[in-house]
Amino acid sequence: MTDWRDDIFAVLQDHDIKQVYHVPDAGHSRLIEACQTSNSIHTLALTTEGEGIPLAAGAWLGGQRSVLLMQSSGVGNTINLMGLTKTLRFPFLTLITMRGDYGEFNSWQYPMGQGTPKVLEAMGVLLYSVDKAEEVKATVDAAARSAFNGGQAVAVLLRQKLIGIKTFGKK
Amino acid sequence: MTKATMQPTLHRRPLVKKILEGADDNLLVLAGLGSANWDITNAGDRPLNMPLWGAMGATVSMGLGLALAQPTKRVLVITGDGDMLMGMGSLATVAAQQPDNLAICVLDNEKFGETGNQATHTSPRNKGPIDSGAGTDLSLIARGCGIGDTGTVCDQGEVAQLVKDLRGKKGPVFRVVKVMVEKLDFVMPPQDGAYLKDRFREALLGRP
Repeated sequence: MTDWRDDIFAVLQDHDIKQVYHVPDAGHSRLIEACQTSNSIHTLALTTEGEGIPLAAGAWLGGQRSVLLMQSSGVGNTINLMGLTKTLRFPFLTLITMRGDYGEFNSWQYPMGQGTPKVLEAMGVLLYSVDKAEEVKATVDAAARSAFNGGQAVAVLLRQKLIGIKTFGKK
Repeated sequence: MTKATMQPTLHRRPLVKKILEGADDNLLVLAGLGSANWDITNAGDRPLNMPLWGAMGATVSMGLGLALAQPTKRVLVITGDGDMLMGMGSLATVAAQQPDNLAICVLDNEKFGETGNQATHTSPRNKGPIDSGAGTDLSLIARGCGIGDTGTVCDQGEVAQLVKDLRGKKGPVFRVVKVMVEKLDFVMPPQDGAYLKDRFREALLGRP
């Protein structure tokens, strides 16, 4: 079986994703590096996750698909602008590595981690959740279909059980 | 007195009209919420205009996403100082990408126009308890973020060059234009965001 992070990269390529936005993140680091070294993808480091939604809107205006990679701790920074997905009605996909979730050691991560599904739901974002490595590929693929074929705003929550605490600080 | 602290003399409406004169299918225009939206609409509503009615602080980011997706088109972001102040980080993200087809024009009247002309941070300091800002220089901020081609325009004599730079100079180009505080009519484009997006894509890509 391939690494689930490589599975995500393959799915992004299958769905012709041309722009990838991220704030540096340990859970996503392997995927981010794969995107950075790809010739067919623009990879943008952001100053705040909130840039990701208008960037995605601009990319869509110009005919390109994109994805926003972030941690649950950054979700709160996006909520106001998440409204754009409703006002402009454009396809939006975000992959979220969860903190403040399964066995988190850092108490500062819990408020936004536990609030993440609720605030996204409040903004009308469709939620997918995955905690098994073997289900990542199919889940991200389904999410991309809901977004780019179904025209929805979709978030995939990559649960902390999947990511594992040990991977933080390492590749 | 530096030129940025002099009383502005430029009128935003004729200025924006001049900037957008002869706009063709190669020019994609985004305008920030409020006055900049009414300004580009006053110059003539067109499908390849994307005037925002909200999403404050997001205009430059949207312009960047579009500029990367459409590298052969000119992307022009016209917005105000309030919108720019709320999205200053996006200037660093623009600098990291160096899109050569992106130009950003900030119409800086030093006021939050839509809420009653309260001072923004670009207003000078020491103007009393109500009208003081911080003297924030957005052009300097853009330069500090890593955008090499920046400048501030204050005089009518500089307008022809401004238009040339915004429409054709190798980007990213960033210009602040100091404009007067004026009471102007609202000239409104369609409001429905999905419609604005669909007509833009239809005109650009041939499909909504």
